[in-house]
Amino acid sequence: MGAYLVKRLAYSVFVVWGAVTIVFVVVRLIPGDPAQLMVGAEGTQADVEALRHRFGLDRPLAVQYLRYLGQAASLRFGNSLRLEIPAADAVAQRVPATALLAASAMVLGVAVSMPLGIAAALHRQSVLDRMVAVVSLVGQSVPNFWLGIMFILVFARGLRWFPSAGTGGLDHLVLPAATLALLLVGVLTRLVRSGLLEVLDEEYVRSAYAKGLPVRRVINRHALPNMLIPVVTVVGLQLGSLLAGAVIVETVFGWAGVGRLLVDAIGNRDYPIVQVAVLFITVGFITVNLLVDLSYAYLDPRIRYR
Amino acid sequence: MTARAPGAAVARSAGGWPDQTTWQAAQRRRQRRRAWRLAAWGVPVALFVVVAVVGPILAPYDPVTVRLADRLEPPGAVLHDGTRAWLGTDQVGKDLVAQVLQGARISLLVGVATVAVAGLIGLAAGVPAGYFGGGIDGLLMRVADLQLAFPSLLLAILIAAVLGRSVTNVIITLSVTRWVTFARVTRATTLAMREREFVTAARATGASTRRIMSRHIVPLTVTPLVVVATVELGLVILAEASLSFLGLGTPPDHPSWGLVIANGRNYLTTAWWISTIPGIALSLVILAVGLFGDQLNEYLNPKAASA
Repeated sequence: MGAYLVKRLAYSVFVVWGAVTIVFVVVRLIPGDPAQLMVGAEGTQADVEALRHRFGLDRPLAVQYLRYLGQAASLRFGNSLRLEIPAADAVAQRVPATALLAASAMVLGVAVSMPLGIAAALHRQSVLDRMVAVVSLVGQSVPNFWLGIMFILVFARGLRWFPSAGTGGLDHLVLPAATLALLLVGVLTRLVRSGLLEVLDEEYVRSAYAKGLPVRRVINRHALPNMLIPVVTVVGLQLGSLLAGAVIVETVFGWAGVGRLLVDAIGNRDYPIVQVAVLFITVGFITVNLLVDLSYAYLDPRIRYR
Repeated sequence: MTARAPGAAVARSAGGWPDQTTWQAAQRRRQRRRAWRLAAWGVPVALFVVVAVVGPILAPYDPVTVRLADRLEPPGAVLHDGTRAWLGTDQVGKDLVAQVLQGARISLLVGVATVAVAGLIGLAAGVPAGYFGGGIDGLLMRVADLQLAFPSLLLAILIAAVLGRSVTNVIITLSVTRWVTFARVTRATTLAMREREFVTAARATGASTRRIMSRHIVPLTVTPLVVVATVELGLVILAEASLSFLGLGTPPDHPSWGLVIANGRNYLTTAWWISTIPGIALSLVILAVGLFGDQLNEYLNPKAASA
């Protein structure tokens, strides 16, 4: 386990380095001069030069890259161009809101899709099963930004049950979390259903039934634990699309998280913020996948890492 | 046709077991059924393609003209020039029908172009990686891993923000974020084919590496690539709409569905149709492409799909 942990950690560091490098390359790909873009049409040549110097854009590319790696390692990316506070702080302020949104969506998504998937598998080919199939298919096909707008239209503007935008109490959280959760429900319900169907064919499940255990106990104690691994894997992988989805959902609902900060920063050409926000989301994703990998050994004692 | 007669499926040979030809006939019938199902699910997709190609010719979209007298008219309203706006008008009096049709064309264009470009990149990278292995392969797989460490939409947002808004840039952005899947599938197929007899035989007859790759391996990667391409088409259409919704996709004179939905956000209370209708079109197209992709997979890989 120890050696595996070291190997896995080293790999994560490599991936983080790669992500940092990709962000550097993409931001430097800007056609023309980023300083010129930031200053805008009304800026003078002197303003541009000052900005170029301030961001070290007048240095050779290799120097810029090393400097940038240093910044990434120390999490100091310079000040936001608009907010006049360090970009890392600006992002850090927004992290709790995004974390709350993503976590709520995840809990909601799992809470809905586990029972749905289990029920569909236990009553295969029933009306319920068909309905679950349709719902999960639709859940995967409906774009989440449009779904969010429809939620606003119906539940905020029409029925006036929830506020349509903003960050605040639980009532502000419901619609964005539900929008984001549906993304997960589509994928997860299908997975739980097919996973459970597979496990139900196993001999140990049949023996459990044969020795007279009630259905509930067979499912909870014998079947479910054995199908948890693919579910956890997919939940972990989905967190990536959940975080990316959060960018869109936060924009739709005016939720003051990292995603909305990122979209605003792109509009303002506030590149320090763009870099930090993208890195934050990516590193969050990588970390979760690492945790998911490590949790396998706990979930399935048969897995022993070399 | 005699094989379709009732009872033919249970015809037994003398030994009591279904004979081989009966098996084959049953399998052929099953495959024919899959072909029909595939054709049936292809109808909505074909309809989308026809609408995207022909629609804008019948109801042309005019990006310039603004008719403020007809702004925010509900679906079915008669406009000042006597025409009927079946899907309503937007905040500057533009007919939503024309926008939805134009949006269909943009979705199709971006979807097909992206899948083609990403597919070709994937093919060009995946075949040599799978065939030669070693350093090229290691490098490719590391790059692929790195790229998969990004949520793909996030990478698209970053690249699109840097490139600026245009239809070409959306295609470039999405090709860059999508080529990995194609490369992985091509590599896996090539890897499986590399040691097969026909490749060894070709090598033994003195065929050049280039010829083996282009004549013996590439044709076999087509089937898996087609399946991946269909699945990716839906994802690309969705990604384009998401980028355009965020204002990072198509420019304002190209009304992509995502853009129209974003425009309608400010008029939800007074004009629900602006955001609602393009979203329905978008969802239906993604759904249709997804279902068609499932059927295609079942038709082309009957064994893998039913497992």
